[in-house]
Order: sequence, then structure tokens, then C-alpha cells
Amino acid sequence: MIELNINGTARGVDADPATPLLWALRDTLKMTGTKFGCGIAQCGACTVLVDGMAVRSCQQPIEGLVGSEITTIEGAKGPVAEALHAAWVEHQVPQCGYCQSGQLMSAVALLSDTPKPTDADIDAAMQGNICRCATYVRIRAAIHTAAGKLGAA
Amino acid sequence: MNAPILSTTRRGMLALCVGAGTGLVLGFRVLEAAGKDAAPSAANAEFNPFVRIDGAGKVTVIVKHLDKGQGVATGLATLVAEELNARPDQIVVEFAPSDSRYKNLLFGMQGTGGSTSMANSFDQYREAGAAARQMLTEAAAAAWKVPAAEVKIEAGELRHASGKRAGLGEFAEAASKLPVPSTITLKKPEDWIYIGKSFPRVDVKTKSEGSVNLFAMDLHMDGMLVAVTARPPKWGATLRGFDAAAAKASPGVAGVIEIPQGVAVLAASTWQAIKGRELLKLDWDETGAETRSSDAMFAEYRALAEKPGISVRNTGNGAKGIEGAAKIVEATYEFPYLAHAPMEPINITILYDGASAQFWTGSQFQTVDHGVAAQALGLPPEKITIHTMWAGGSFGRRAIYDAHYFAEAAAIAKAWGKPQPIKLVYTREDDIKGGYYRPAFLHKARVGLDADGNILGWEHRIVGQSILKGTPFEAMAVKNGIDDTSVEGVSNMTYANAGMQVDLHTTDVKVPVLWWRSVGHTHTAYVMETMIDELAAAAGIDPVEYRLRLMKDDPRKVAVLKLAADKAGWSTPAPEGRFRGVALHHSFGSTVAEVAEVSVKDGKITVEKVVCAVDCGVAVNPDNIAAQMEGGIGYGLGAILHDAITLKDGAVEQANFDGYPSLRITGMPVIEVHVVPSTEKPSGVGEPGVPPIGPAVANAVFKATGKRVRDLPFTKHGLV
Ligand code: FES
Ligand code: FES
Repeated sequence: MIELNINGTARGVDADPATPLLWALRDTLKMTGTKFGCGIAQCGACTVLVDGMAVRSCQQPIEGLVGSEITTIEGAKGPVAEALHAAWVEHQVPQCGYCQSGQLMSAVALLSDTPKPTDADIDAAMQGNICRCATYVRIRAAIHTAAGKLGAA
Repeated sequence: MNAPILSTTRRGMLALCVGAGTGLVLGFRVLEAAGKDAAPSAANAEFNPFVRIDGAGKVTVIVKHLDKGQGVATGLATLVAEELNARPDQIVVEFAPSDSRYKNLLFGMQGTGGSTSMANSFDQYREAGAAARQMLTEAAAAAWKVPAAEVKIEAGELRHASGKRAGLGEFAEAASKLPVPSTITLKKPEDWIYIGKSFPRVDVKTKSEGSVNLFAMDLHMDGMLVAVTARPPKWGATLRGFDAAAAKASPGVAGVIEIPQGVAVLAASTWQAIKGRELLKLDWDETGAETRSSDAMFAEYRALAEKPGISVRNTGNGAKGIEGAAKIVEATYEFPYLAHAPMEPINITILYDGASAQFWTGSQFQTVDHGVAAQALGLPPEKITIHTMWAGGSFGRRAIYDAHYFAEAAAIAKAWGKPQPIKLVYTREDDIKGGYYRPAFLHKARVGLDADGNILGWEHRIVGQSILKGTPFEAMAVKNGIDDTSVEGVSNMTYANAGMQVDLHTTDVKVPVLWWRSVGHTHTAYVMETMIDELAAAAGIDPVEYRLRLMKDDPRKVAVLKLAADKAGWSTPAPEGRFRGVALHHSFGSTVAEVAEVSVKDGKITVEKVVCAVDCGVAVNPDNIAAQMEGGIGYGLGAILHDAITLKDGAVEQANFDGYPSLRITGMPVIEVHVVPSTEKPSGVGEPGVPPIGPAVANAVFKATGKRVRDLPFTKHGLV
């Protein structure tokens, strides 16, 4: 049993220590907001925050995460996440939606660090997140909108 | 227009006939003995197969199509909300069961594809909403003792001039028991409040919050096992034997079973199933397998292109005019296999108890999936239930003529033999290597022009696999040996010409192929629109001007091209360091023109901006049309720049997004979408944005570099 701090709660995970966080979340804890897209850190569908940094949970064995603060889409709360959710709705970003948990977690990490990102900042922070529906134009616009709202608040 | 005839199995026969003017005649006969469901309840009163309203006034729209991101659930909800004058917050959607009442009126079976969802549902769902409206106003009128004509629904509320008001739920039960009106009156276009106004998407909020329990991949059930399958490394290889000892000893593995598709490993979790599969020792017999490499295959295709094939079109003077032409342009094109790679890999959950079975997946061809499932399990069709889930993309991949993953799930469940839910999961590697690709194609074209640039003769040969040959759709779609999906976009070319001769070689390769967002147009548009660009250059005429001249009899296409050119500033020079290319293509009833602007740095191109114009008839949801154009452009662009599935001795060389890259945000151009105002019937939007992007970029690259890219992807030429 490995104890992890997920969304502010201590959770016992009954899985092999080498299990990637992605599968511990999805299959053991049944927290399926974090998605499986590639399993090799190429697509970003599985992005979560570990101590505030966006990481690909498919490449993080749970044994290495003891003592870290893990935030998943289910626990993405607070002004930055809320501003992003609202902007995602305003710009009608999702199409199929499957990549969007990962997109939002990368965007949360970006705006937490860089409140007024340029297009280049957005490209750098979001290039690990594939969207096969190619919602990128709206992702970019929505991040700018959220940043604007946060700056004005 | 054809009268949409709906036969219902649950509530009898619903026959819709389009009458004169806006009035529609609708006869609804409830066959008492025909296994009628329980009477509509107050909890959720059923007005017809598409609309239910509960006591609280919540309107459930039953969506007969798969929503895989293209927005059809919102589109159909819009049509019902429009006729009911319901508020967006009153509407919820639910996917229809697999049932003949829900067939695609253009397919004759239940299924989503060919960008037909809105086209075939536009009247049907408006009629369903209008029927419910009329029944509600009638019920309210009876209760209020006023003439029905005086009762209106406004802002989701029943109202009468006397000041009487009621929510939709108040009379839902009574209304649903009234006879279906014999005449249905649709709202006039000038009275529309939602159509044409970007009704908010019904799925955006949940999809912005983690999409909990939306996708089949996310399902968990008590006692569920996850299965992954080891499939043959080459098409046509068969299993000689295997050793599962190590896999069976792997943590969490519940069993290893042989099925016709390969060897399935069942485990308590996905990760354990994947790990267990890695430990299988498999012995494949490759005697009958496909063992060619892509290079050898294209060499064969090139040789075939030297010989005449089956004649597809021979009009006017055919190719004869080429001989006396002032100028001859000749080119050969090669297109690789492409994988769809939807973001949610293929997966399906089955629960089979020996006597009946339920399936959960993003089912796209429910009728086919249902039939294959019943056959694979040896059960009568009524013992099969399909729960259609929201799908994480498809791009054609889930519209599968052989329902192969239903068959595979059924084989696993049958062999397993215990009534336990089993989720069959494809990893990304299984997806990329799994076949059902856009077929590889070769085109050879030769065109002769007179001194003024007029086309005297066009000779065109196409070589590639048929998507539909050997499938249940063959009889319907393959005529005289010609699969229209191999030639669409060339055979129906509309640029003025004095003669055109098109022929086809259908090749035999063991790689399974499938429609990929915009099907044949993925390659035919590239050829036609880069050829037209070459012809314009040969004639010394501006490429927009040249196209307008050759399609002057088609005002809708002319309007689309002019709009795109105008918005892109075609008549003014491109900004410093940028080069423009244009393309126009008609597919799925819609015409799309795109102007791409590229820049070049150190020999590498960047697509900076795309201006798109579309005519898709009535724009039911302009924002969603824009989203589909943006998505189509991004999807097509990623493929033409980066992607190819290649074979080495018959085995696929790519495995995941590292070898088969997707467009990323860094490669996404700025996109502007302009919709041509129209009162024509709505046509496709999911696919038609794809075909023009390749040729528009290729034509811009020619302007920038002088290089004509005729075999894809662009990475082959060091341009990206
Ligand atoms: S699933 Fe982790 S990056 Fe794709
Ligand atoms: S919305 Fe479909 S993959 Fe991003």
C-alpha cells in the first residue's frame, strides 16, 4: 500500500510501486478525469500537477510520488482553474473533449507560473498536449481570456 | 426530397410525409399489440422517439447519431429546442439505443458518417419538436378552455394572452397521450431563434471539468476485467502456438485466452493486462502474410499506372485533346497510408451472461455493430443491447464495416465464459499498428491546354485499394468494379474541359483500409487542386482568376472562392516573407475554399494563417461550423506535413505519437472562418474542411520555394 496525497487528501493505493500514477488514478482509485492517450509521455492527456508542475502521469511510478502534492482535474479548484473553466466554456473549446483534462492541467500550471503569457509562452507550455480535434486556436484564445480575467480581478 | 419514412418497433408505425408548403402530414398509428412500452409516465413523457419531457419541464432529446466531437448532439438538440421554443437550460441529450427507429435516413441503417447527420435529421428533428409543441399547446388549451391556436410556447413556457402560464412539465403527460397531430407546421426561417445563432454546446461544461463518465474508456463496473490482445504482427499471419506461463504468473492477470483475433490477456487493471501481454511468448506463422514493404508496393503501383485500368469516366474528347495541346502538364502523386489516431483509443466493454449481451462503446454504425455482435455470440438480435457513449474522436475509425472490435470483445467474453464485465482496450500502439487506414494511393495525371489556358484533354489514372470491396457495403457502393470512394473528387471534377478520361486500378493488399475524415477527397482534392494551380501557372493566369474562369457556371462555388480570396486579401500582396496558396473543393454537399499563408525559414515552412470560406447550406450553428473547419484544417495539416504509415516486410514501422506525430499547438495556424449565407438545405461540415488544406499549403509552398510536393508527407522533402 502506497500512500499518496491527491487533491489534498491522503489516499492509500493498493498497487505495485512501479505502477504509473495514471493507472493508479484511473483503475485503482477510479478517478477517470485523467485520461490515457499514449502511455509514453507524448500526448499530455494524462497531465496532472505534482507540486504545482505539470507532469505526464503515465510516466510517473507511484513509488516516486510519496510526499508530493498531486492535483488532478477533479481537484483543480481555485481562481486559476475557475477562470480557465469559464474561458473554456466561453470559447466553446472542447470538441470530443478527450484531451481537455490534460489541456486544462497544463494551462493551470502555465497561468499559475506566468499570469500574462505571450503566444510563445502558451506554445511552450502547451506543446506537450496533443488535441486530435485540433482545438488549438480556441485553447490559445481561452488561455488569454482567463489570464485577462485573472489580471483584472 | 424523399419523404422520410420511420418505422418504429416500439410504438408502432410513424409515417412522415412531406406535404405542400410548410405543412407536414404526419400519421401516427399506435399498434396496440406491437409490444408497446409502458404508457408514457409523468416522470418522462414520451412524445415520439426523439423527444421526452418530464414533470419538471426538462426536455430530453434522444440523439440517434454518435457525437465524437463534431457537435451533432448539440445540433439535434438545437432543432428540437427551436420548434419547442425551449430554453437551452431545459434541454438534455441522451444517445438512442440501437433500434431501427433511429436509422440515418440517408443510409437506411443506424449510423453516423459521410457528414450526413444534420442533412438527414434537419426535417426529422424539427418535426419531432414541432409535434411536441402542438401537443403541448393543445393540452394546455384544453385545460385552460381556450382555443389551441391562442396558446404559445415562449422562452420554454406555455403562455396565453389571458395571463395564464405553465411550465412544459405541467401538461407533458397529458400532451403526450394526445394523438400525434395530423398536420405539423414548422416554424418559418424568419422566426428561428436558435438556428443560425450558435446554440451553446450541450457537452462543453462537463468536457471542461474532466468528462467524468462520458467515455467508454472511463467505465468501471464491479468485477470488471480489462483485456488487451496480442494480434498478428503482419496481416495474414496466424498463430502457430504460444506460451502464456509467464503472463499468467504476472500480478493481476486473471487469464490468457486464444481467440480468432490473437491472444487476449485479462487482468484486474489495464496496466496489469499490458504488463502481462508483454510476457507472452508468441509464435506466428507468416506463410500467408503480407510481406511487402511500402517501397516495393509503390513500385508496383507505378508500374500499374503505365497501363490502362477500368474506365471511370470518358467524357467529351477524353484524352485526345492532349496531343494537339499548346502546353502539356504531367505529374505523378503518391499518398501513404494514414492512421486516424482518435484521442480516445478504441475500447469496448461487454457484459455477456450466455443468454444476452450488453456493449458500451462509442458506437458509430449501430446497425452493423449490433448484427456482428449477435452473430459472434450466436444470439438473436433482441438479446443484444448497445449503449452508445460519447466518443473521444473517430475521424472515421469507429465507423467500421466489419465491427471488428465488437467481434473481438464477443470472442473474448464467449471464451472467458463467466458473466463478468470485460473492457477490451487498445493501447496507442495497438491503434497505430492496427490497420483500417486511409489507403495508400498513386495518381498520374496528364493535361493539355490551349494557348489561352483552356483544358483540351485530361487523362487521369488512379491506383489504390478499395475501401468497400469485400465488405457488406460492396454491393451498394462498388459499381462495375469501381469503388466511388477511390475516385470521388476526380470523377466528378467540374472545372470546364473539352474532354476527360479517368481510369482506376484497384489493388490487392492485405492491409485493411477505411474511410478517414473526408475519405477519397483526402487525396483527390490534393491532386486536382495542385494540378489546377500548375495549369494556371502554365497558362500564366492568377490561380483564383483561373478557377473562376473554369467554374463560372457554378455560382455557389464562385461565391465561396470569391469570399475566401476577398477575406484573405488575395488581390493585395502577401505580407513580407509570406506566400499564399489557394484551393477549393466540394465534398459531402458543401464547398470549402481555403487560402493558406506560409513563411519559410532555413528551408523549413510554417503555415501562419488560413482563411476559410464555406457554403454548407443553412448554417444551423455557425460557431460549430467554424470549430469543424478549424479542426478539419488542423487534422488535415498534421497529416500532410508529418504523417505516414509505412510497411517494412509487411510490418507497420510506426507505433505511437513519436513515430506518427500529430499536429501540435506550435504548428497550428491562425484560422479565420467565413460562412456563406444560404437558405439551401444543410450539408456536411465535419469533413469538408479537410480536403483543401493540403493543396492550399502545397500551392503556397510552390510560390515560396518553386518546389512542387507530389508525394506526402512534407517531412519527406525536408520542408518541416
Ligand atoms: S498518456 Fe501520458 S502523455 Fe499520453
Ligand atoms: S477535443 Fe478531441 S482531442 Fe482535443
